[in-house]
Amino acid sequence: MHELSISRSIAATVRESAAGRPVERVNVELGQLRQIVPETLRHCWTLVVEGTDLEGSTLEITEVPAALECRSCGARFTLRAAAFRCERCGSREVTIASGEEFMITSYDVVGA
Amino acid sequence: MGRFHHHSDGAFHGHADAPADSHHDGHHDGHHDGHHDGHHDGHHDGHTDGHTDGHTDGHTDGHAHPDGLPAARSGLGDHSGYDDAGERIEILERILGENDRTAEANRRDFRSADLRVVNLMSSPGAGKTSLLRAALERVASRVRVGIVEGDIYTSIDADRLSGFGAAVSLVNTANGFGGECHLDATMVRSALARLDLPSLDLLVIENVGNLVCPAEFWVGEDAKAMVYSVTEGEEKPLKYPAMFRAVELAVVNKVDLLPHLEFDMDRFLDNLADVNPDARVIMTSARTGAGLDEWCDWLTQGAGS
Repeated sequence: MHELSISRSIAATVRESAAGRPVERVNVELGQLRQIVPETLRHCWTLVVEGTDLEGSTLEITEVPAALECRSCGARFTLRAAAFRCERCGSREVTIASGEEFMITSYDVVGA
Repeated sequence: MGRFHHHSDGAFHGHADAPADSHHDGHHDGHHDGHHDGHHDGHHDGHTDGHTDGHTDGHTDGHAHPDGLPAARSGLGDHSGYDDAGERIEILERILGENDRTAEANRRDFRSADLRVVNLMSSPGAGKTSLLRAALERVASRVRVGIVEGDIYTSIDADRLSGFGAAVSLVNTANGFGGECHLDATMVRSALARLDLPSLDLLVIENVGNLVCPAEFWVGEDAKAMVYSVTEGEEKPLKYPAMFRAVELAVVNKVDLLPHLEFDMDRFLDNLADVNPDARVIMTSARTGAGLDEWCDWLTQGAGS
């Protein structure tokens, strides 16, 4: 359950950046290779912001599918199985093209 | 809706009412390049391919972006363009950026002390402490070892490691760290204050027993290793790929139990190779002593003289 400490980390970053402006939504990008459960993260967010200046804000999570590129045959595909193997030629010489994202991309502030 | 804001580099970005993806494209490549090059060297080696084209200045300060886009932190960027309308403010900050900045500070301390640092992880009961004890018995006379012992509540493991001449610094994650199920860079940093790093050759960070969370947190180490016991079954690499992908060494422990188990070693090794084909494997039994010389050689490589 590291989602709690991760929520705290997100809140600290947004709080510093927003500098008191009212935040209604925080947008994060989460690669599917990260072992973080979006629903748990959203829940932890509500716990972490409760009673703070960020209370009432929501965490908008955009999940990024895991995409692999095969270094042997050049195939690019979305990872569907647990194994990191080329779905065309079976090679294990694969590169992760996406799926490890873990970013706060933006936040939305409320108009005055 | 005035979803425009002004970056200090003079560029205006219009975000109309476009949600999510449309405004990402222009920034991602630069960011991810910097992210991987600047922070992940030596800790996620297997993951960096494909992100290494070009940019090298990285995110070491966490604010400047390789493509010239400043993070929207206080004091950086001019956001005076908003008045009465709501606004989307781009920030593009790595969620673990603060952790990684602290990890960089740890790493600098490790380097200036000329110290090899290993982050040792596993599920509870796989044998991290037993293997460390065995290693201390064998190497403590020639290698000066320090241990950061991560434990939620107790000093049981730290006590088991005492008496071998190693300097042990205990971090109870329940004390001020929310009872976390992993060690992060800040917790490790708090433990370093109680160790005389220049007097050591090797520092082993025994993480909290957990197959999920510790894999996400770089603490400044040179190498990640894990202990896996044959009682855990063959399929765990596929269920916890982040952990198995993060490590350069998987110690397969308790091999003395193999005659009593239905553990299929070939299937386990195949599953491991499916998620991390580059992982080195050492088979051990802390009980019988099998494989311990090889384990000690790996652990102490490049440490001391």
